[in-house]
Amino acid sequence: LLCGPGLRRSGAGLLVTKCGLLRHRPGGGGAYWVDSQQKRYVPVKGDHVIGIVTAKAGDVFRLDVGGSEPASLSYLAFEGATKRNRPNVQVGDLIYGQFVVANKDMEPEMVCIDSSGKSSGMGIIGQDGFLFKVSLGLIRKLLAPKCEIIQELSQLYPFELVLGMNGRIWVKAKTVQQTLIIVNILEACEYMTAEQRKQALAKLSGN
Amino acid sequence: FMQRGLDSQTKKQLEEEEKKIISEEHWYLDVPDLKEKESCIIEERSFLRCEDLVYGRMSFKGFNPEIEKLMIQMNSKCKEEKIEEDDKMEADVSDEEMARRYETLVGTIGKKFLRKRDQCVLKGDDEDEDDEVEEGNSNTRPSKRAKKMFLKPQD
Repeated sequence: LLCGPGLRRSGAGLLVTKCGLLRHRPGGGGAYWVDSQQKRYVPVKGDHVIGIVTAKAGDVFRLDVGGSEPASLSYLAFEGATKRNRPNVQVGDLIYGQFVVANKDMEPEMVCIDSSGKSSGMGIIGQDGFLFKVSLGLIRKLLAPKCEIIQELSQLYPFELVLGMNGRIWVKAKTVQQTLIIVNILEACEYMTAEQRKQALAKLSGN
Repeated sequence: FMQRGLDSQTKKQLEEEEKKIISEEHWYLDVPDLKEKESCIIEERSFLRCEDLVYGRMSFKGFNPEIEKLMIQMNSKCKEEKIEEDDKMEADVSDEEMARRYETLVGTIGKKFLRKRDQCVLKGDDEDEDDEVEEGNSNTRPSKRAKKMFLKPQD
């Protein structure tokens, strides 16, 4: 039995620590968690996030993840990095990585490789593109297995999307205008109903 | 006065006294051991495990082909089990054929060993020159000769 975020084990029972809807997943031994809405991110181990490099301190980069502390990222934590072969990371770069250490007592640490040593899509995010912040609930909605928003958007035009669990989204399309359109849709679809969204997309594809 | 060479007895006494002092100073727990209740509840703080979220990096309509490959790879990890089952069914040689081949295989290899055994028995027969044994041999020889004849492999 899995007790997820928002629930805590105390003695023989469970305590609720956050307000929200209680969700249940029957498969895989059952899981309960509280679906709550918030904007501020708390680093959690195993989460994939987008970080901004703020400083280079010797062998370690400091990344801003939107939490209470900057996370640290060692230069050896990239695929194919050795002491002589250093990754080309500058201050202000965007990095997609996952947390290896993230608890309330220690400074969070990130890596850009898998447990098997492969990068599997993590690492420095390329040039151009647009980074913006949304609430965490929207990110989870977008990352759901069959998300209508993403399917509808993918019909419009080719683009690239990186979603970080810390509420940050990075979008890149061929022209600046297309990028901004996608950004506006993603920001607004949090509060739009499905019909309003389809109307807006119909207008865009008509244009 | 004799500090350098203390007697072994006095040494032992001193050690014992030291041990007593040390063990008295040790703290003992008077509280009985609490039984750890086995709970089947695992606590987890990430939404990833609860909700089966998709991988965060996506690309659409061929904008970034590497990421599109990644998407297929990541999202098919759930479906990999089904794919493995299909591969097992499409083996190069079907099970029936394998069984047939194996049958004949066992037979042919078995004959190899029979010949070797025949040679050993023959040598034993040559050494023994008893009539009974010869009769027995003469009786057995035709059957062995029959066995020695070349048999076509059954394909």
